[in-house]
Amino acid sequence: MAKKIYANIPEGDLKDKWSNYKAHAKLVSPNNRKKLDIIVVGTGLAGASAAASLAEMGYKIKSFCFQDSPRRAHSVAAQGGVNAMKNYQNDGDSVYRMFYDTLKGGDFRSREANTYRLAECSASLIDQAVAQGVPFGREYSGYLRNRSFGGVQVSRTFYSRGQTGQQLLLGSYQALMRQKEQGNVQLFARHEMLDLVLIDGKAKGIIARNLDTGKIERHGAHAVILATGGFGKIYYLSTLAMGCNASALWRAHKKGALMANPSWTQVHPTSLPQSGPYQSKLTLMSESLRNDGRIWVPQLKNEQRSAVEIPEEERDYYLERKYPSFGNLAPRDIASRAAKEQIDKEKGVGALKNAVYLDFSHAIKEYGQELIAERYGNLFNMYQKITGIDAYKEPMKISPSAHFSMGGLWVDYDLMTTIPGLFAIGEANFSDHGANRLGANSLLQACVDGYYITPYTIQNYLADQIQVEKTDTNHPAFATAEKQVQEQLNRFINQKGTRTAEEFHRELGKILYDKCGLSRSEEGLKSAISQIHNLREEYKKNLLVPGDAEDINSELEKAGRVSDYMELSELMCIDALNRNESCGAHFREEYQTEDGEAQRDDEEFAYSAAWEWNGEASSPILNKEPLEFEYVQPTQRSYK
Amino acid sequence: MKIDLKVWRQKNQNTKGHLESYVLEEVDAEMSFLEMLDMLNLKLAKQGERPVEFDHDCREGICGQCGVMINGIAHGPIKNTTTCQLHMRYFKDGDTIYVEPFKAKAFPVIRDLKVDRSALDDIIAAGGYISVNTGQAPEANSILISHEEAESAFDSAACIGCGACVATCKNASAALFASSKISQLAKLPQGKKESSKRAVDMVNRMEDLGFGHCTNTEACQVECPQDISVLNIAQMNYEYNKAKLKK
Repeated sequence: MAKKIYANIPEGDLKDKWSNYKAHAKLVSPNNRKKLDIIVVGTGLAGASAAASLAEMGYKIKSFCFQDSPRRAHSVAAQGGVNAMKNYQNDGDSVYRMFYDTLKGGDFRSREANTYRLAECSASLIDQAVAQGVPFGREYSGYLRNRSFGGVQVSRTFYSRGQTGQQLLLGSYQALMRQKEQGNVQLFARHEMLDLVLIDGKAKGIIARNLDTGKIERHGAHAVILATGGFGKIYYLSTLAMGCNASALWRAHKKGALMANPSWTQVHPTSLPQSGPYQSKLTLMSESLRNDGRIWVPQLKNEQRSAVEIPEEERDYYLERKYPSFGNLAPRDIASRAAKEQIDKEKGVGALKNAVYLDFSHAIKEYGQELIAERYGNLFNMYQKITGIDAYKEPMKISPSAHFSMGGLWVDYDLMTTIPGLFAIGEANFSDHGANRLGANSLLQACVDGYYITPYTIQNYLADQIQVEKTDTNHPAFATAEKQVQEQLNRFINQKGTRTAEEFHRELGKILYDKCGLSRSEEGLKSAISQIHNLREEYKKNLLVPGDAEDINSELEKAGRVSDYMELSELMCIDALNRNESCGAHFREEYQTEDGEAQRDDEEFAYSAAWEWNGEASSPILNKEPLEFEYVQPTQRSYK
Repeated sequence: MKIDLKVWRQKNQNTKGHLESYVLEEVDAEMSFLEMLDMLNLKLAKQGERPVEFDHDCREGICGQCGVMINGIAHGPIKNTTTCQLHMRYFKDGDTIYVEPFKAKAFPVIRDLKVDRSALDDIIAAGGYISVNTGQAPEANSILISHEEAESAFDSAACIGCGACVATCKNASAALFASSKISQLAKLPQGKKESSKRAVDMVNRMEDLGFGHCTNTEACQVECPQDISVLNIAQMNYEYNKAKLKK
């Protein structure tokens, strides 16, 4: 029996909801805050900004990350920029337009109130980042610069060359380290959360493993925030860091938190193609390249000539042809699918015929190499390092790659999951991007959740906890959770099979890419589920983890993450199979318009699918949160 | 191609390490250096041996977590390149490659090629920030920063915190690391207010943590994957001396 889930959207007109919320939310007085402990898992933009902001307010924070320093979290790798509604360019931007762009970009599958709040809070973020010393691009006059990004017709993207994520993350990391110095934050780097602990139904702590010593630790708190990012690494080849994983989310899910729209994965159109079977990741090239680069494939199938030998009239600039008003800046889901379509028609280029060209020759002719180098120099250098090719002389070869999880833990307007006291922020939750995220909205959401939303909404929960004693980690709930974690680790070690976690992961990723990736079908998803069953069974018997559990052991870390992927992957397929429509990144081959675009079904599927764990991976319970559009009329999304 | 590896193996801080020889027969020129190590680790795991522990995460040159000495050079032979961005096409069939951890008093070995660089976080904690709380910020365009100032601050801010400068320095000094932050923030109007205190606090912390002094060999810049300039060290010294003179 499905539970009833409430989004807790505040009363009032769309533009007043957040103000109304803030006016009426409960508060904790300054002298009570130091009595309250908060665990924050993850130190990316969402986690670090939440931890720092809450510590500044006076709460006692325990901050965890699996990397060796909080500054390494994968927000660091975001290149192109962060969106904010400042309308500095006087080009017609407004909070409403930014809200509408985001909602439309997400193919009308996100909550109006959350999406509006994201746009509303965006301007403050730029103020905060500048105050922290983030060196955004500037005009010669000293004013902030903007660039344009996919899926919109205004310039609202702020950037620090091609390293915007790094610079924003360093801003929040430094704020976090400042609070550590002041004694308000305890930092646990090289720690991985392996379970969530509930007492009387409330989130009260975590079990974590010290990755350097193998020691299992209990940590208690009054509330737990998961800011553990996305799980695109489940596809094995992805733009994510090697350590990115779903384990914190998945283990919270198995303790009762619902997972929403888990199959909605953004496949980024401009990453570097796979070059061989040993490959461990696909490097992203910023979407900003599409401002000046033109995407094309040869008109001939199986073209043998090199790019520069193919004359202009034998090239197909397919995005410009199919989407004349947005052209090369069509949103990511559309650009990726269009690339796949060309590759499937045997028009792909490169040794493995798995790429399309991204060509700067026209831009270099028009603006000169110097200006192009100033705009994208570091990306051209990176391209040369990885491929050995000079992109000033010949086009880049790019290919779609798994990138961002629009799905994640279901949260209400407070960003609280279905477990009281457990919050999920940033990419770890599902709330703002619908079925497709717009470029440069990811850094934005992580920061807005961490700096501006959680500090208000968590107080609304904590206000009722001030009389509650510090969590006792000797409580039986901690002992049970710790024992289960220990037993699982021992099982991995004692199996002594013949295949490593990584080998299983590669195989699982291939199944997902082929059948639950850029395009999906009923037949494909059903066969994927059966393949996953077989692989999961084999994983239980034939896993090889060298070494032991009482020591640093990176193979053991991978074993736990892949074990969770073996279950989450099935939920992704079930979710994709349930949704008999196409929307955004979720493209079901059976549901498309005559010209091959996504065909939504608002009658049947205007809801978020929030899945509930039911004891084993194959029979989750579907809970539906209806999406009610009060202010915007969903339309057939067109970028033509 | 065939690669002859000599890899540093060390169980933990309290045991002595040694170089172990491994031969990889089928290394592809398109592989990254870390993918070559993955290949070694898969081979070791299948033989029932402990894989080599090494640090890495983003594998696109920005997180700063990877970093080993390759034939005695931090991050290997190619300029401005992290270990993860180094590709095997820069080596030849039959090459012998020595792979060792970053070595410095302040970077104790955890296991094999993995070292503890948390001392770098401690340097930042001493003052590598502008003391502004969430919510205090004025309107962004009220702080004007010229294009040149912003670009110059960015050049300093680009440091990825990998520690190659420390591993390269004969004194194991973290001067390039600390100065890049001191200098970035001193170049910006919003960071100037605290620039003296910041410089003194960070330099003192560096000393407390066991990093050596800078003797201006400039080797750090040569091995820095982000090409952070030693001029930052000059600015750090300027800020530090200015602060001391004021007292």
